[in-house]
Amino acid sequence: MQWFNAVVQGLLLGGLYALFATGLSLMFGVMRIVNLAHGDLAVVASFLALALVGGTGLPLWVVIVVTVPLFAVLGYLTQRVLLQGSLSSGPLATLLVTFGLSIVLQNVLLEIFSADTRTLDGGSFATSSFQLAGSVTVGWLPLVTFLLACAVLAGIQVFLTRTGLGRMLRASSDDRETANLVGADSRHVYGVATAIAFATVALAGLMFAVRSSFDPATGPSRLIFAFEAVVIGGLGSLWGTLLGGIVLGVTQSLGSQIDPAMTLLAGHLVFLAVLAFRPQGLLAGRTT
Amino acid sequence: MSLLSIRDLTVHHGLLRAVDGVSLELERGEVLAVIGANGAGKSTLLRALAGLNAPTSGTVHLAGRDITRSPAHQRVSAGIALVPEGRRLFRSLTVEENLLTGTYRKRSGPWTLQRVYELFPWMTERRRQNAAQLSGGEQQAVAIGRALLTNPDLLLVDELSLGLAPVIVRRIYETLPEIVAAGTTALVVEQDVSQALRVADRVHCLLEGRSVLAGRPADLTAEQVEHAYFGIGDLTQDGKD
Repeated sequence: MQWFNAVVQGLLLGGLYALFATGLSLMFGVMRIVNLAHGDLAVVASFLALALVGGTGLPLWVVIVVTVPLFAVLGYLTQRVLLQGSLSSGPLATLLVTFGLSIVLQNVLLEIFSADTRTLDGGSFATSSFQLAGSVTVGWLPLVTFLLACAVLAGIQVFLTRTGLGRMLRASSDDRETANLVGADSRHVYGVATAIAFATVALAGLMFAVRSSFDPATGPSRLIFAFEAVVIGGLGSLWGTLLGGIVLGVTQSLGSQIDPAMTLLAGHLVFLAVLAFRPQGLLAGRTT
Repeated sequence: MSLLSIRDLTVHHGLLRAVDGVSLELERGEVLAVIGANGAGKSTLLRALAGLNAPTSGTVHLAGRDITRSPAHQRVSAGIALVPEGRRLFRSLTVEENLLTGTYRKRSGPWTLQRVYELFPWMTERRRQNAAQLSGGEQQAVAIGRALLTNPDLLLVDELSLGLAPVIVRRIYETLPEIVAAGTTALVVEQDVSQALRVADRVHCLLEGRSVLAGRPADLTAEQVEHAYFGIGDLTQDGKD
């Protein structure tokens, strides 16, 4: 039963990892940008929410509803102002820009909020739970997080397959120049992709912040989870990312069942195993 | 007013002067074939017209509007569509999704998904297939359908016959009259000269980036075309050196 409990908890955590990884996968898929500031953006969202809650006294859910669209706008602008210029200089340039952004964000956060470890207070909701079966207890927060992650991924999937703009995002990911030939303005398409990435990373960042503590240097250690979820699941497939997140979550959870010190190591080992034996990921997203 | 008017267009491909002072006019409802050997600058000319390569000098007007410096996606709205060399379908999209990308700009005109399916009836039952699974000829048809769905006034077709069996090429070219009848003007680039002479109202021959011969297929002798194509003998009739 203990083991079953570990699997359930890991599954729920995996949903959050998937939500967190989606933006990374999307930005790489559409623009070939490896966003090294991805983890830091999640932490920025956490601090922003912390400041908003502290400054305005608004309830946390209102702050989340405000922060996520704000990050979408921020994403669009970041792409148009900061990333677009470096795209033409090749993949190394974008890597350096996002690496620089990561360092800048960390230091700005350190300057404003100090190095103290914080957490977002989710109130009684964050700690309440219900009995699932026998000794398995499920927290409302992890469950809602998981369902929210699935809903967001499904929403993105519908956007990508059913709308003209979503189709153009996938088309640009396959062949940018030809997408231009049927009328796609790459800068706008890229802006939209980045907006979605920023919005999802903000939402994931806020969920992380309610679950566990964070400080200005947390970003890079979160980033590795996103990388692992994407690589385990297979690049370019949203459902692959969900599967990757779940595999990572369950592995970590089972690892901690053996020994709490094993938690992260177990995840890294599965990640390495996938890299070694199935580098295309569990669900290969593309037909190429 | 002519639909397309190119004046003294020069386009560089790297350091190479791929298109060198080319001028040409294209009337509405015409089919113009640009022929020439490998490396004559045909594809570069089309890419410049579609907005993928920036010209060094010269002007391009579409229906009187200067579009010399507009980016590719704006030219789609203006009414130019290019069927690129090598088809270039979106590999992770289905046949139907590939076609639908053409409707992104929502330009009004005669072409709808239904109409494209009527033009290429086999597509209907294969519309859910992945575009990468099609044969070369089928891919070429989808690439044409995709371009038509942007509802262009001017359809540019680059090397349609490349890598395809002659019978397939002929079958695809058989759809050209129907496309033109719908109100689309076509500029095709073709290495296969006999094919080009068969379908075009006028031909234009490029040699090393320059216009060396232009006229109606009926007015040109096989020898003239051959000389222009391979650059043999006297090429001064165009007024250039």
